[in-house]
Amino acid sequence: MASPAPAPALIVEAPPSRLARFLDSDLLANFRRSKLAIAAFLATVLFIALALLAPVISPQNPYDPAQLELINASLPPLWYADGQAPFLIGTDDQGRDVLSAVFYGMRLSLLVGVLGVLLSGFIGIGLGLIAGYAGGWVDTIIMRVADVQLTFPAILIALIVDGVAKAVAGGHMEANAQIALIVVAIGLSFWVQYARTVRGSVMVEKNKDYVQAGRLIGLSAPVILTRHILPNVTGPVFVIATINLALAIITEATLSFLGTGLPETMPSLGTLIRTGNRFLFSGEWWIVAFPGFALAGLVLAINLLGDWLRDALNPKLQ
Amino acid sequence: MTQPVLSVRDLRVEFATRRGVLTALDGVSFEIARGEVLGVVGESGAGKSVTGSAVIGLIDPPGRIAGGEILLNGERIDNLSPEAMRKVRGKRIGMIFQDPLTSLNPLYRVGRQIEETIRTHTDLSAKAARQRAIDLLAEVGIPAPERRIDGFPHEFSGGMRQRVVIALALAAEPELIIADEPTTALDVSVQAQIITLLKRLGRDHGTAVMLITHDMGVIAEAADRVAVMYAGRVAEIGPVAALVGDPLHPYAKGLMGAIPSLSHEADRLAQIPGAMPRLSAIPPGCAFNPRCPKVFARCTVDRPEPLVVGSHRVACHLYDASGQAAA
Amino acid sequence: MKPHIALKPVMSPQPDYVQVRDLRRLFDVSRPWLNRVIERQPRQYLRAVDNVSFSVAKGETLAIVGESGSGKSTVARMVVGLMPPSDGEVTISGVSMTDPRQAAERRALRRRIQMIFQDPYASMNPRWRVDRIVSEPIRAFGILSGEREIQGRVGELLTLVGLHPDDGKRYPHAFSGGQRQRIAIARALASEAEFLVADEPTSALDVSVQAQILNLMRDLQDRLGLTYLFISHNLAVVRHMANRIGVMYLGRIVEIGGGRELFTAPKHPYTRMLLDAVPDLAHVGRQRVPVQGEIPNPINPPSGCTFHPRCPFANDRCKAEVPVFRDGVACHAVEEGRLMPGGVAAVA
Repeated sequence: MASPAPAPALIVEAPPSRLARFLDSDLLANFRRSKLAIAAFLATVLFIALALLAPVISPQNPYDPAQLELINASLPPLWYADGQAPFLIGTDDQGRDVLSAVFYGMRLSLLVGVLGVLLSGFIGIGLGLIAGYAGGWVDTIIMRVADVQLTFPAILIALIVDGVAKAVAGGHMEANAQIALIVVAIGLSFWVQYARTVRGSVMVEKNKDYVQAGRLIGLSAPVILTRHILPNVTGPVFVIATINLALAIITEATLSFLGTGLPETMPSLGTLIRTGNRFLFSGEWWIVAFPGFALAGLVLAINLLGDWLRDALNPKLQ
Repeated sequence: MTQPVLSVRDLRVEFATRRGVLTALDGVSFEIARGEVLGVVGESGAGKSVTGSAVIGLIDPPGRIAGGEILLNGERIDNLSPEAMRKVRGKRIGMIFQDPLTSLNPLYRVGRQIEETIRTHTDLSAKAARQRAIDLLAEVGIPAPERRIDGFPHEFSGGMRQRVVIALALAAEPELIIADEPTTALDVSVQAQIITLLKRLGRDHGTAVMLITHDMGVIAEAADRVAVMYAGRVAEIGPVAALVGDPLHPYAKGLMGAIPSLSHEADRLAQIPGAMPRLSAIPPGCAFNPRCPKVFARCTVDRPEPLVVGSHRVACHLYDASGQAAA
Repeated sequence: MKPHIALKPVMSPQPDYVQVRDLRRLFDVSRPWLNRVIERQPRQYLRAVDNVSFSVAKGETLAIVGESGSGKSTVARMVVGLMPPSDGEVTISGVSMTDPRQAAERRALRRRIQMIFQDPYASMNPRWRVDRIVSEPIRAFGILSGEREIQGRVGELLTLVGLHPDDGKRYPHAFSGGQRQRIAIARALASEAEFLVADEPTSALDVSVQAQILNLMRDLQDRLGLTYLFISHNLAVVRHMANRIGVMYLGRIVEIGGGRELFTAPKHPYTRMLLDAVPDLAHVGRQRVPVQGEIPNPINPPSGCTFHPRCPFANDRCKAEVPVFRDGVACHAVEEGRLMPGGVAAVA
């Protein structure tokens, strides 16, 4: 009996752990070299930390009417002569601490943004996988719907969804239901980009031989899609998700600013800007300016991070 | 002895990476005479394409030529400015790549591309340049060149396109042509046509040809001399008949034995265990030592320098008279 | 150690283990519907495979050789069941691969038929470790249960193809092309396959590594009694591997014959041309008159015998009439006795 080919000269070493491989990756090296990426990352982490820790670090709970004192209404920031501790950046017309409102608002904005991105990602990735793998008329229908939707601005879709739902609900809605509604509105407006990207990647991957090898051992389409194809198309999805998080936060803020978003009893950054807007001409600029700064800073940081991620994952663009 | 067209001496190319400096070429030396075809053969990662790129000055950062010199008809060209090198590339060195589509602009008629090259490097009139382009296309075997000269690249088949690229490479009457895997993308029946053409044109025009390929069959038919590369070094160089018929270096021997042949049946192919080392892990001493059936102590320590053995030049301790007895 | 995947080597070759009859495959290459309507163009089809018939005996290697566009890979994909034929039938071990009445038998046969792909970089999921890749068929077919048994078996398979059991803990990118092709072979054998379709298994590899893989495939055939359908464009590789060889040109088999006959006494003019064209080590400094012409566009193939525009022996009949496959060759010149096997045309 002939012996098989001699074993290739292979140094059998302990395979590197996931962490070790990450620490050694080009992505991390690229990150370390990019000062902008590090700054954006730190800023994003700071914003998220502030949002998560809002109940701990805020001087008051802006949602609790019992904590609001009208005596403290419309106080300017501390560095003004009229400023009063603990209201670092002043209070609004109801005596609500602006800093606390910003922290809590950011929390809501991020929550809605993240949930919206998750929902749109779920819809988009699912439809993209199906369209790309099935092809034919299934693909045609899904992608035509996507094309049509792309001809409307996302904000318009969100407004329509919001309007229809509110009409059906008959005008009055619980605050939590409103959050859910806005998440759905955002989810339905942003799925197209995921679907298109994923579909494109799937069409490339499905013809690769490892997928054919899976078919040869009789794996079903859902198994091949989730086990083999999905993990190999997630790279671009992360980039879209990061950039879309910023977009989703902006969309929520816009909806809230237009008055169809979150209620004043549970203000997000957008709601704060809308309510604060009324005081801009009476000189109480801090009520609107600080939520505005927070929104701009948050969105900018996430966007810069997303841009860097896109460039780092796509060497062709460099 | 007349001066060689191309003379490469002790060429060293390095790539700076995050994980340290990788040496892609290490002490590569060879010469090509007028009208001669030098085949440069090796497996992927051997450094044959890097050698070609170094000669035409197309090593991009993070790579750089870290040592040695390249002489074209006695003039150093490895230290020219990018501007001066660009002139040398079009005029004195012609290039043929694996995929003809990358060398041809899809938006221009093929005639225009050849005429442009001719007019940039000679002082022929527009009319004379067009006539010259037609002559070139005829010479590379394109039927009805007067008509085909106004075709676009996509209107040509793969083999015909590669002929156009050869005409383009010849347009400025270069002293040297570098052909990097010119037949790899072509079908077998077309490969032979291109090899024959390349060989004939080199001879007729007195052009030196550096033919880079992984296909020993192509080398055997087209080349006058062969350089076998391994892990960034020249393992053996010599006349084609001698090298194919009686290779000296254990790697060259293994390579010849590993190729299945049409003309005889072998029950088993000779095989070299393992694979070419990655650039980041080239073993000390002779780079081939972990795969070599005749390895001995010195091979793992000392780097073999090229030795003249008969008509060959071989970098192997087996042939070092002062060292171990030849096996 | 004798791995228990060793099937009983079949002593007497069982004729026609694989039978392919009149296989045909059309590809719709029409413009999109709207363009067709506006430009008033009919649908266009590419006949990738046209009337291909052959059989493979158990334990034998049949090679199909051809240039790009000859349809050889399409044949491979139809035989293995990755692509449905437009017409014709594939029968393996007596089970039809298309007949809906034999679905149950086909499922049972599924694990006996595996494929080795050309590009070892694309043929395995880059995010999986090698042991998971190799064990996937074992789990999918429920061949073994119990994690220890499965891991033990994966180790045996890796050893069988010349790797180390510990290699299973690493990811595909840690391996060279030749090592990955070994892993691909281990995966193909994991389901106890007895018929392997290898589609250009070594054309992405360097020659010294190609020799390792070809030797390994022959060793495994001897040990396990495997049957191969070997697809390649490389005549020398085919000669080394195959008992019988089919030559394809533009979707048809033009000649089929035993390895030695085909190389020493080729019948079809295309086979002769190919043999003449291949650059070979034995032909140092060969001077020759190269073959003329290139493969025509398969969407619009020549009439009659599709080789006639390049054939030095073509006459009016060749231009008009498709030659019938008879005695191992499809050629009017051979049939009429105008062309003797092996070389020169008979004196008219």
